[in-house]
Amino acid sequence: MQKSTPGASLETNKLSPLQLGGIVAVALLIAIAVSLPVPGTNVTMVVLLAGVIAVVATYVISRRVEGRRHAQDRIVTGLVTASFVVATLPLISLIYTTVSRGTNRLDMEFLTGTMRNVVGEGGGVSQAILGTLIITGIATVISVPIGILVAIYLVEYGRGQSLAKGISWLVDVMTGIPSIVTGLFAVGLFTAIFDPGYRSGFAGSIALSVLMIPVVVRTVEEMLRLVPMKLREASYGLGVPRWRTILKIVLPTALPGIVTGVILAIARVVGETAPLLLATGLSDEVNLNPFDGRMASLPLFIYNSYITPGVTVQASYDRGWSAALLLLILVGVLFGLARLLSAALTPKGLK
Amino acid sequence: MTTTQTPPSDTTSTDDDFMAGELPTRRQDKLFEGITTGAGILILLTLAGVAFFLVQKSLPSLELPAESLPNAEDIGGYTWPLLFGTVYSAIIALLLATPLAIAIALFMTHYAPSKLAKTLGYVVDLLAAVPSVVYGLWGIFVLAPFFVPVYDFLADTLGWIPLFAPVVTPSGRNMASAALVIAVMILPIIASVSKEVFLQTPRLHEEAAMALGATRWEVIKTAVLPHGRSGVIGGAMLGLGRALGETMAIALVLSPTPGLIGFAVFTAQNPSTIAANIALSFPNFGGQERSALFATGLVLFVATFVVNYIARRIAGESTGY
Amino acid sequence: MRMSMRSRALTAITLSSALVLAGCGGDSSDGDTETDAAAEDSSASEEMTGSEEMTGSEDGLSVSGTLNGAGASSQAAAMQGWIAGFQEGNPDVTVNYDPVGSGGGRETFLSGGATFAGSDAYLDADELAASEDRCAGDGGAVDLPHYLSPVAVAFNLPDITTLNMDAATIAGIFAGDIANWNDDAIASTNPDVELPDLAINPVHRSDDSGTTENFTDYLTQAAGDAWGYDVIETWPTEAGGEGAQGTSGVVQAVAAGEGSIGYADASQVGDLGTVAVQVGEEFVEYSPEAAAKILEVSEQATDRPEGDFAFDLTRDTEEAGVYPIVLVSYHIVCKQYESQEEVDLVKAFMEYVQSEEGQQASAESAGSAPISQNLRDQMTPVVESIATAG
Repeated sequence: MQKSTPGASLETNKLSPLQLGGIVAVALLIAIAVSLPVPGTNVTMVVLLAGVIAVVATYVISRRVEGRRHAQDRIVTGLVTASFVVATLPLISLIYTTVSRGTNRLDMEFLTGTMRNVVGEGGGVSQAILGTLIITGIATVISVPIGILVAIYLVEYGRGQSLAKGISWLVDVMTGIPSIVTGLFAVGLFTAIFDPGYRSGFAGSIALSVLMIPVVVRTVEEMLRLVPMKLREASYGLGVPRWRTILKIVLPTALPGIVTGVILAIARVVGETAPLLLATGLSDEVNLNPFDGRMASLPLFIYNSYITPGVTVQASYDRGWSAALLLLILVGVLFGLARLLSAALTPKGLK
Repeated sequence: MTTTQTPPSDTTSTDDDFMAGELPTRRQDKLFEGITTGAGILILLTLAGVAFFLVQKSLPSLELPAESLPNAEDIGGYTWPLLFGTVYSAIIALLLATPLAIAIALFMTHYAPSKLAKTLGYVVDLLAAVPSVVYGLWGIFVLAPFFVPVYDFLADTLGWIPLFAPVVTPSGRNMASAALVIAVMILPIIASVSKEVFLQTPRLHEEAAMALGATRWEVIKTAVLPHGRSGVIGGAMLGLGRALGETMAIALVLSPTPGLIGFAVFTAQNPSTIAANIALSFPNFGGQERSALFATGLVLFVATFVVNYIARRIAGESTGY
Repeated sequence: MRMSMRSRALTAITLSSALVLAGCGGDSSDGDTETDAAAEDSSASEEMTGSEEMTGSEDGLSVSGTLNGAGASSQAAAMQGWIAGFQEGNPDVTVNYDPVGSGGGRETFLSGGATFAGSDAYLDADELAASEDRCAGDGGAVDLPHYLSPVAVAFNLPDITTLNMDAATIAGIFAGDIANWNDDAIASTNPDVELPDLAINPVHRSDDSGTTENFTDYLTQAAGDAWGYDVIETWPTEAGGEGAQGTSGVVQAVAAGEGSIGYADASQVGDLGTVAVQVGEEFVEYSPEAAAKILEVSEQATDRPEGDFAFDLTRDTEEAGVYPIVLVSYHIVCKQYESQEEVDLVKAFMEYVQSEEGQQASAESAGSAPISQNLRDQMTPVVESIATAG
């Protein structure tokens, strides 16, 4: 290691990557040595400790070698990088946990069977898969047209109007509604029409729509604003009326972005549990009628297998984790699809 | 531009314009505008409906007999500890998540190579897409037990601070674990808003700082952070809004004590939150008692409304979010 | 009153099954005029196949249709076993049980939203009066104690599987007055056990629950001054301890932390150590048999309608071999219903539930204590007498 001489120029006194690596390695060794005698330590804690030691050591050494300013820069670099690593740990741990526990029951019976007449082990979640598809599907069918129309109003017709400003503001409000409140809303609405115990898949869809519409509006709005003004003007110039310009020129141009946004919106609501807990309830068997009776869904199935596991607790937990894995896969696929589409369909010229 | 042009004659042969013959273009346009405006007004009606049903369904709670509410004399006494728990858990989560989120945003904008940064952006987005019920399961089976030794350590060494007061609950199902799970959940929201504002730092400011021989940290400190401050605050407020309404993860992870107001984060006695309490109590509350849950839901609705309003006011100034 | 979608569908199903039954020689007295409407509405239901052939089974004739119940979550696990067993014997039947809680179940039942209710508490006088409006005829509803479950006091201490305690000690622990496992109160009844120097972490239900109600009822009756909080559904804030959601939450919380103790349905405590409770001079471990004995030493509630089996449990009994911490959950049914179909379904289901086979099914699915032959014999005529009005 170079000797540091006070007053030497910064350029000659720099820590090489090799030296930095050495500091990290030593920190790791110290962390292991310190942790070993302590009972109940694990790998993550050793790594965290090593990180702290490495950052402190780098600061001290860098300050002696490179000076105060660069020492500060190094410590911030270390902290920022470490923060990022720390932030990804939950995701890694969560995916690892779900996959390792969720594969116990990911068999054909699980995918095709139901919970009708199942006590204890075995059983399946086809009723929950179908329920999730139906409930989310209806929510999508409701939210997408409304969302697109509202966005068109805000971008194309409402510019400068105070009504549009008000509605835009309300969309913001709607974005912030907690999911449990949308569940209460659906319960309030449907029990006002039907009996106090009314629950159905459709009530859940309505609750999810309240969550989904503002997301769709915002995405579509953003996409419509990206469509160049020139395109519209050219269309008007050809004498195409405004509504046809919007439907035939503006929307198709923005379509890839809209599709991506809609898929992301679906991914956001497909895992919602709270509204369905209140408005839809759970069922052990397949119910294909969204207007009558309780309907199973994957998120609520997961929650329920933890909350009421019955006597064979482990079997229920296994089902819950496997359903969680299915849900994660579903969200992941939707996510990947959105990314692929946005990459493949984005017209050149629009970022 | 004008919208009242009549279509040129060379397009009248198409089917659509045959219809246009029956309905003049101007009226078609008006009709379409009307439909879109109607959709806009539907938003207004929906929100009015949400407010209406929350108010209507919570009115009976004002007349609830005292014995029908768990550990509370009246609806005010029932709501207040829950509101406290809601705000308290959200603020702890926010304090944990914000510095981390800023660091992540800085890493993606100023430290990581741009290709890597893009991939990392997806990872952060993915963090936001994990359903909260899965976070809840993970929290109760993995995170809570993992942190119990840490809580023990902190309670042993810093137990004289009321916040860290013993006794640590052996299951780890306490306020600290709940706040940690929420922190993970709101991290991506704050990080992505922060990232946007950091990216919008005027290039000139950064280059000027670099030209003066500033280190990367000095560039960030003098140019990036001052510029992004209001955006970060706005993002944090958005995260706060989300944290206030978080339901399933808290319902699963937190061990609630109805009616309690307390600051200790490691013990077995924790105030519950409005959202989690609704989810947990709704199945057991019938008729009149249910109105109490609607009343707390109304309070939550108003609270998140205010927080989001402030957030957008602040964030809107710098990003147009 | 507006007819709900669900109950319309129910009517549709029951009416259509009525036609089937009528075709098989059964007697259908009403509903003919509504048949058209029912046929239209019936598209709303997927369970439409009525059984043409009458398959004979042990339970007599096979019935079809949908039976809706709602109520206590305490018997939800037992209900799983009953529904599975009943549906296997009657493949064309769907039984729905909505675990909305005891209060919610009674309310749903009284408002006509469910054909029967499950409840941890029997109908009070007001509800009995209301049941006369809800049910056909003027007989009102009756309470049938079909589910009996021992509540175990379970703890997590290394290498200790059982501890002897009296009611006052249990009360002291859950009230927070006894804070360490090596307390004299515990040591004095367990001379042979080496108790650790470890803080006690009492775990209780954070939700409103019949389990809490029955547990605190035991403490109130048997522990005297040591328990100062009376009979409660929701755990009092001042009593402290860790709150957990549902039976599984309590078991999970106790299992997760050394030194924890909690009360939960005995069937779910798994490998945890359990407390033998002092009754008279001896200490009684929980067991289905010991739990079932409580009904034999308890008095039936007074001022009840004929055929009602509401019990006020005597938990401070000194009778040998009785385990006093028991949860009783009732099924609440009308004596008379509007339609023959409802009668057929309820009757067949309740007969199954209180049969030896049915009680065995719930013992397997929920670890409940089968009710005694004696009590079953007393209840059988009541269930058999369920009929249409008039």
